[in-house]
Amino acid sequence: MDVNQYLEIFIEEAKEHLQNMNENLLNLEKNPDDMELINEIFRVAHTLKGMAGTMGFEKVQSLTHQMENLLDEIRSSKIEINVDIIDTLFECFDVLEEYITSISISGEEGNIDSSGLVNRLNALLGNSKNEEVNEEQNEENFDDQIRDLEDHVINILSKAKEDGYKAYSIKIRLDENCMLKSARAFILFNKLEAISEIIKSEPSVEDIEDEKFDFEISLIVLTKEEKSLIEKEINSVSEIEKVEVAEINIGKIIKDQKESLGKKEGNKAFVKKNKSKTPSTTTNIKKKKNNIVGKTVRVDIDRLDNLMNLVSELIIIKTRMEDIGDDSKRQNMNEAIEYLERITTNLHDAVMKVRMVPIERVFNRFPRMVRDLSKELGKKVNLEMTGKETEVDRTVIDEIGDPLVHLIRNSIDHGIESPDERNKLGKDETGTLKLKAYPDGNHVVIEVEDDGRGIDIEKVRKKAIERGIVSEDRAKDLPKEEIIEFLFEAGFSTANEISDVSGRGVGLDVVKTKIESIGGIIETKTESNKGTKFSIRIPLTLAIIQALLIKLKEEIYAIPLSSIKEISTINSEKIRKVQNQEVILFRNKTLPIIRLNRIVGIEDNINKKELVIVIVKKGEKEAGLIVDELIGQQEIVIKSLGKFLSGIKHIAGATILGNGSISLILDVNSLL
Amino acid sequence: MSNINSAQYVLFKLNDEYYGIDISKVKTIEKIQNFTRVPNAPNYVKGVINLRGEVVPVIDLRKRFNLPNKNDYSNSRIIIVTVNDIDVGLIVDSSSEVLQLTAENLDNPPHVEGNVTEDFIKHIGKDGERLIMILDIEKVLGIKTNIEES
Repeated sequence: MDVNQYLEIFIEEAKEHLQNMNENLLNLEKNPDDMELINEIFRVAHTLKGMAGTMGFEKVQSLTHQMENLLDEIRSSKIEINVDIIDTLFECFDVLEEYITSISISGEEGNIDSSGLVNRLNALLGNSKNEEVNEEQNEENFDDQIRDLEDHVINILSKAKEDGYKAYSIKIRLDENCMLKSARAFILFNKLEAISEIIKSEPSVEDIEDEKFDFEISLIVLTKEEKSLIEKEINSVSEIEKVEVAEINIGKIIKDQKESLGKKEGNKAFVKKNKSKTPSTTTNIKKKKNNIVGKTVRVDIDRLDNLMNLVSELIIIKTRMEDIGDDSKRQNMNEAIEYLERITTNLHDAVMKVRMVPIERVFNRFPRMVRDLSKELGKKVNLEMTGKETEVDRTVIDEIGDPLVHLIRNSIDHGIESPDERNKLGKDETGTLKLKAYPDGNHVVIEVEDDGRGIDIEKVRKKAIERGIVSEDRAKDLPKEEIIEFLFEAGFSTANEISDVSGRGVGLDVVKTKIESIGGIIETKTESNKGTKFSIRIPLTLAIIQALLIKLKEEIYAIPLSSIKEISTINSEKIRKVQNQEVILFRNKTLPIIRLNRIVGIEDNINKKELVIVIVKKGEKEAGLIVDELIGQQEIVIKSLGKFLSGIKHIAGATILGNGSISLILDVNSLL
Repeated sequence: MSNINSAQYVLFKLNDEYYGIDISKVKTIEKIQNFTRVPNAPNYVKGVINLRGEVVPVIDLRKRFNLPNKNDYSNSRIIIVTVNDIDVGLIVDSSSEVLQLTAENLDNPPHVEGNVTEDFIKHIGKDGERLIMILDIEKVLGIKTNIEES
């Protein structure tokens, strides 16, 4: 069977299920007695098993199968849950994740050995109980199903009996290779409805329609037909593995029901029985609510990119038409262009929204990471995450994961103290790590805040001198903020011992470089013994920006508007030279001057007296860029120069202008 | 990949000599168009062009091979090649032919100092009287080795 076409769907879904399992495991660790969580994990393991089986991934299948067995024992209270079990489940999760990663890379499970884990699961199970238990369970379920019939069903049954109908309980198991389960079930229902009346379906019809079921369907039908006919009808549908049809003895059920009523003090008992049932139905409802997800369509990212490109083209054409419109000055033309502009702006927004993904995608992996790290380092950390729903462009999501991982590790390793130390300081034994995201105009701010010991300014100062980053004389007078900046210098690490977690010397400088490469900034606030807060500010999208177009001789360059502070003119005679750097006194401040033409390799224009400068900023730093001519502000679509020209100095990318020619985008950050 | 019995090559002329590129690497052949110079790039990078909405870098093969500059580029062509998913354009004097060469018509390049850095040449192809230098395009672009000498 060719399953490759389903591989992508399998991987996507498996990842979702694993994410789900991860969350539930983390919750389970906090509330080990919550049966609902066990059920949910069981359900996920079961689904994964089914999916893996369909795709022929045997290792995943056998591991999830064993997990399922263990969880089932816990579910039925035969085994008590303990730390060991939870840890083992976490390890299973890790291995499963590795399998899925390997599958997504190579299409194969790889050679990670999980037999050790399977054995451990077995050991936890006590003895190796296997298949038989499952079989038994099934049988039990079969009876349960009949026993647990709701009252209204029983009412219908008794009425039907009077009218001469027979009731059958049907268990159908779809073939595990069945790809369109809900469609298959639909055909099945149609067949059955032709000869009978379906009065109960487990899972519910809605769930079946949404494919929210595994492979088994249990039905109760009323019909005057014989059992053999029902079996025949069902078997005429393909992709069905197993069918069991059993007649329900309606009389007996009604009698049972009555007996239980009679035995236990009449009506009260009935109420009680109902009551005992109520919790389970409410949890069922709760579970259903959990499963309700927004209606989504999976779209290949390439297609989105393609759509985005088309919108980009539209914007380019729009700009081009604006140029033509200026020349001809025809009223109708202008109106049409304005209309076009409105549409393109809306379309652009709409496409951008499609590309937006909640930051949750990145945040999701942190609870587990914090758990593992704090265990490893013997610290107690409580992770608080807010603003998971904040949306950013897909291009940004891919970039911020690593920097955040690093900051979090940094906070747990260097920031938060050990429980003992915290006790001595009169702090709560458990440290708090806050991860917060919120939108701010065209930017998103992400904060990583801990309530640990804060950054030791003196230690940083000393280290900076040791490392030769700054001279001793200068370091003495530097304010706190500038000292903290040293943390982001290459090769700087304050941890005395190099730990496995962070402090390997490659650290915050990498974070800073990465954040800046996507046009963001990072700020640090720290207070001794109160904690440290890193704030990252990044643009919502990296694809389209506002830019100022300027001319250097005949060449047109774009400067991102976000880094421009102001534009002014200066007199060339006022430029002074200080330590080989040209500066000018501007608004009572010395402003470094950069001659852009030299940066891009164009000779100086000596005759000019009045010079146009574009003042750009990066954090606190500012500089004036001398340009020949200003063209104007424009929305530009950023295109990469491609791998072949990657790493070209001072050039951040390219954009296509209205006339079809290419203009390069200056990398202002690298100039300062 | 050099032992395939027969392969097709796109031929082009540069400084009156014939060169060939494996046809599977060639995407399109374009007429010369306006470049945007890229500052701080290696000197053989002529610039970037707008190829139907994509920004594609273009290499001047004459500069790459240290051949004399040409005054008139108006008849030149740009061969767009795709190597490791990277599109790059090569400026050549002219290109109009696709040639099929069998393995026995391909020789290893001689280890003699020529006017082209011999490293860039994978084989010498023979087509009657014509000698065709089959380029090792990865090396020409420095994509695999990542070593750029300018």
